[in-house]
Amino acid sequence: MTMGQELLKKTYPVHGRNFDKAGEAATEIKQLLKELGLDAALIHRAVVVAFEAEMNVVMYASEGTVTLVLTDDDIQLEVADRGPGIADIALAMTEGYSTATNEMREMGFGFGMGLPNIKKNSDVFHIDSVVNTGTTVSSVIRLDSSA
Amino acid sequence: MRRETSMSTSVGLAMKLAEIKDVLKCEVLVGNENLALEVETVVASDGMSEILAFARPGALMLTGLTNVQSVRTADIANVRAIIYVRGKRPDEKALNLARKQGIPVLATRLGMFDGCGILRERGLKGDM
Repeated sequence: MTMGQELLKKTYPVHGRNFDKAGEAATEIKQLLKELGLDAALIHRAVVVAFEAEMNVVMYASEGTVTLVLTDDDIQLEVADRGPGIADIALAMTEGYSTATNEMREMGFGFGMGLPNIKKNSDVFHIDSVVNTGTTVSSVIRLDSSA
Repeated sequence: MRRETSMSTSVGLAMKLAEIKDVLKCEVLVGNENLALEVETVVASDGMSEILAFARPGALMLTGLTNVQSVRTADIANVRAIIYVRGKRPDEKALNLARKQGIPVLATRLGMFDGCGILRERGLKGDM
């Protein structure tokens, strides 16, 4: 995918159904990228990707991880979970499509915009899923890309 | 996707939170010391992905969603301040996170439509 030299790698655990802590990994990533002095628009894109993907783990999966890799070329985010998986990825990528419960909608999520938001903010986007096993979302944001 | 149909090219005016507090008759729940902060754009939604997709950095956020995720989303989206509409009050977890992240929080009895309409009349712009 990229030949950039790895400068930093950090993995954050995410617990399914824990709505109080949901978003803490993304908030830590935002703080870290700010401290490293990265461009604000790139940080914004990376943090929206991390947050939306983290919320998906919290809403749908039993547990997962957010892994941040910073190279001298790009910001890479991989969000992997153990969970129900996605049977029809093309359908899940459709803006407005959602399998969210009323509880998730009351949390302000589950309007079918999460995965499209992640893709929109990524320069490279991959999603792999196995039903009844889990889902992995990978996003690359190039440091030389604009918003 | 909703699009602005207005062809107006006028530059949006900035408003201080203190003025917004007055025109929307807000109560300040967090950040009384930060009412000199200014905003130029507003994002208004109860859907957090919409806020994440459309808020410009530094926008004012109007929402009726009062849980901790509303503050988390505001912080992730670089929202400058939050106003809860329809007389809704955020819970203590939400207020604590706002204090921690330094995000002013106000509450108005006005509904979303009236709150947005008044701010639009005063010269603030949407985020689209």
